[in-house]
Amino acid sequence: MADEGKSEMTLPASDDHKKYNETRRTFLKQSSLLTAVALTPPGMLQIVELEEKVDEQFESVKVTLEINGETKELSVEPRETLLDLLRERLDLTGTKKGCDYGQCGACTVHVDGQRINACLAFVIMQEGKKITTIEGLSKGATLHPMQEAFMKHDGFQCGYCTPGQIMSAVACIQEGHANSKEEIREYMSGNLCRCGAYPNIVKAIEEVKNGGAKG
Amino acid sequence: MEKASLQQIQIGDPLNRVEGQLKVTGKAKYAAEYNLSGVTFGVMVTSTIAKGRIKSMDTKLAKKAPGVLAVITHKNAPEVPGYKAAVNNEGARVYGQEFRLFYDDQIHHNYQPIALVVADTLARANEAASMVKVQYEQETHHTDISRNLDQAIQPARPEDYSRGEEDAYLTAPVKVVHEYHTPIQVHNPMETHATTAVWEADNKITVYNKTQATKISQQEIMKAFDLKEENVQAHSPFVGGAFGSSSRLWPQEMAAILGAKVVGRPVQVVLKRDQVFNMVGYRPPSRQKVGIGASAEGKLIGITHEGYGITSRYEQFTERMMDPTKSMYHCPNLNAKYRLVPLDMSTPCWTRGPGETSGSFALESAMDELAYALNMDPLSLRMKNYADKDPENELPWSSNYLKECYKQGAERFGWQKRNPTPRSMRSGEWQVGMGMASGIYKAVRDRAVARAKLLSDGSVLVQSAVADVGPGSATIFTQIAADVMGTSIEKTRFEWGDSSLPHAPGQFGSHTTASVGSAVYDVCTALKQKIQELAVNQKGSSLQGAQATNVVFENASIRLKNGTTSLTYSDFLQQQQLPSLEVIKESDGGPLLEKYSGKSFCANFVEVRVHSVTGEVRVQRVVSAVDAGKIMNHKTAQSQVYGAVVWGIGIALMEEGLIDHRYGRHVNNDLAEYHVPVHADVPDIEVILIDKEDPVIDPMGAKGIGEIPLVGFTAAIANAVYHATGQRIRNLPITPAKLIS
Repeated sequence: MADEGKSEMTLPASDDHKKYNETRRTFLKQSSLLTAVALTPPGMLQIVELEEKVDEQFESVKVTLEINGETKELSVEPRETLLDLLRERLDLTGTKKGCDYGQCGACTVHVDGQRINACLAFVIMQEGKKITTIEGLSKGATLHPMQEAFMKHDGFQCGYCTPGQIMSAVACIQEGHANSKEEIREYMSGNLCRCGAYPNIVKAIEEVKNGGAKG
Repeated sequence: MEKASLQQIQIGDPLNRVEGQLKVTGKAKYAAEYNLSGVTFGVMVTSTIAKGRIKSMDTKLAKKAPGVLAVITHKNAPEVPGYKAAVNNEGARVYGQEFRLFYDDQIHHNYQPIALVVADTLARANEAASMVKVQYEQETHHTDISRNLDQAIQPARPEDYSRGEEDAYLTAPVKVVHEYHTPIQVHNPMETHATTAVWEADNKITVYNKTQATKISQQEIMKAFDLKEENVQAHSPFVGGAFGSSSRLWPQEMAAILGAKVVGRPVQVVLKRDQVFNMVGYRPPSRQKVGIGASAEGKLIGITHEGYGITSRYEQFTERMMDPTKSMYHCPNLNAKYRLVPLDMSTPCWTRGPGETSGSFALESAMDELAYALNMDPLSLRMKNYADKDPENELPWSSNYLKECYKQGAERFGWQKRNPTPRSMRSGEWQVGMGMASGIYKAVRDRAVARAKLLSDGSVLVQSAVADVGPGSATIFTQIAADVMGTSIEKTRFEWGDSSLPHAPGQFGSHTTASVGSAVYDVCTALKQKIQELAVNQKGSSLQGAQATNVVFENASIRLKNGTTSLTYSDFLQQQQLPSLEVIKESDGGPLLEKYSGKSFCANFVEVRVHSVTGEVRVQRVVSAVDAGKIMNHKTAQSQVYGAVVWGIGIALMEEGLIDHRYGRHVNNDLAEYHVPVHADVPDIEVILIDKEDPVIDPMGAKGIGEIPLVGFTAAIANAVYHATGQRIRNLPITPAKLIS
């Protein structure tokens, strides 16, 4: 690859946020104090402080979940989706955002073995659950047979829908919904591919279903 | 000595993609996935009116919202030096004044970006963006092509075209004349437009960008911000689909760059799905009229084709809507004109087969209608009017295997079994129909540069700034290099997708293989020559004194033709006392290209089923026969054809960007309401690759393949629907409502 080094410049995003949270609170307090005498109507400071307390409650809910075999104790905002958590805070960018509305399937992950759209799942609702993303599908250097089959059958072009297609495909077989081409097509229709790799994706799934993916 | 036991790669081999493992493991990084240290998140606020001006904008709440670092609007945006120039940064490609982000209070179209909110988390940026309150002074807008055809202008280019007698079809013994409509199509790549911008210094920037053209991206940013080439880097190895939509500088790039300037940290801007419909290009709708006349025997006498597209009020975006008509068939009399209707919309942009796709729907539907009027088989009509040179300019074809496409496609499809009478074939409740169409698309070549390095371990590294948005270019360039150098795929590495690498044209117009592939071919050939010269001329070389023409390259080593002495590349470098050996080569087509007309060709055959009660159309099977010259990689080439066919199914049956013209605003701008084909919509697709070398365009014999199978495809479906139902739908998409009304 042209520039692999750049991708490693990663700072744990959560710390960064914390820093800015603190900055903001300090700023609010200081500016409130400074301007309190001259500008702030009585009671304003109390409201600000009350808001902060409410914010704090809402801004940091503790949640424990297992992601790709690792237990994670996290502090999250209740509005945070699993997708944004994965992508923006845990640097698990293999799970893609295509629409953010549950319409494209690019963010498909497994929660307790079932495929879901991570963009429609709040993190706080995943307490205690086991989440598998594309990064956790392979066993070390050994790829999952579905990953091998996608490469062999060219089940992608741009690659952006691919992690979602693969996660969905694995679940599709596990659910028992891969017994014919027609059935695969029906049960994979929640995963859009704009490049049109559909015929190859179906071939890959059929092959894994039938037990052979070497090649 | 190392043994080169790995398999020798050849052009054409169905290799797996070189970047495949990164893609299937989620490790491939797209523009918004670098998670740089201190990265911040920019969210765009967009206009809710189509025309007018911003009367006032209240950003106070947003600025005070948690985590917000900046709210940037036209009132406080940093100056963009390039915006002051009267010339378009786009230069020659799009005529007019480009859209200038946060420049003034004018609203040119709905969803126009009017503010950028930057915050420390995405959720906070989203929340704050919703707090920006805007008041507008609204003006009357026009967004409907049909109601504004009388406002059409003749664009600066192309000129009207004619040969022979004007409107000759009118006097022909058999003639048809009809109007055809195509809707707005939105590229909707799975990755929305995204950019992460980092100012490395006051005058130095890096953008992690979604672009099909790292060099264009770099050049446009240089112009906009008055920066030196070495100070602008566009990094774009992975692009989540583009289809034409990422081939110029767009608002999300400018916003990220301006945002990063203001907050002094990296800013990442990712468009929301609804924002891509009217901000970063789309396929303009068309209104067309085609008249075709022929002799009673089916020889074409005249074609008249008029087409209208749309553009914005600030630029003229033009398409090649008339191109297939000009060159597809032997027809002595032809006139074509193309007009633009400026509307209060964002500027459209190139969309897979830009112009050809819409124009060929009209032409190839009209050919089908003519065939019925003549009581002639639609395939026979096309074969009868085969052009043995390009009728547009009388130039010989660089290569043309269209007849092979017809022949092999028809055989594989079983066209002979088709009962010519419409409504004659049935399967239960389904009416069955078969249709076909021809396609033609330019096959050209542009200047490109490549660098090749022989490294101390005997491996070869080849570099080019070219993008690979999905067609598999990185793989075939690795393959071309391996073939020329006689190295295994493991010992051949191709680097791409960064503007700091040698110049490559944008990955569009189906000319990447011909352009960059030639540069790769040429630079590897030059590297071999250099190796050869050094090996035979230099003292201490074990091949010293040998005839240069006697040197053979294979298995990552050199040897003499009849000799047994073999020298691996790594030993060669050692003998030469060189750490590596590097060659850079610029490559272009030269004057030979001007003496020929380069085109790719195809013939598509489609079977549809139409439900007799509900009007639901299902594409049952497809045979796509394509002449794209010598095939570089049968696996990725086949995928390109699949992609084009899936696009054809989408445009023909479901895709339509719908605007509520009362508000000048899209109403179906998400992926639930704007329908793209899903797994269940796509049947088995049979691809026939003629795979014959083009002797003119490039040294590999390749022609473009990404767009040609889409040209005419929508008509093949419409023609099959007619054959199934007896109903001619001239207004895409062919939805059930149109068939049961």
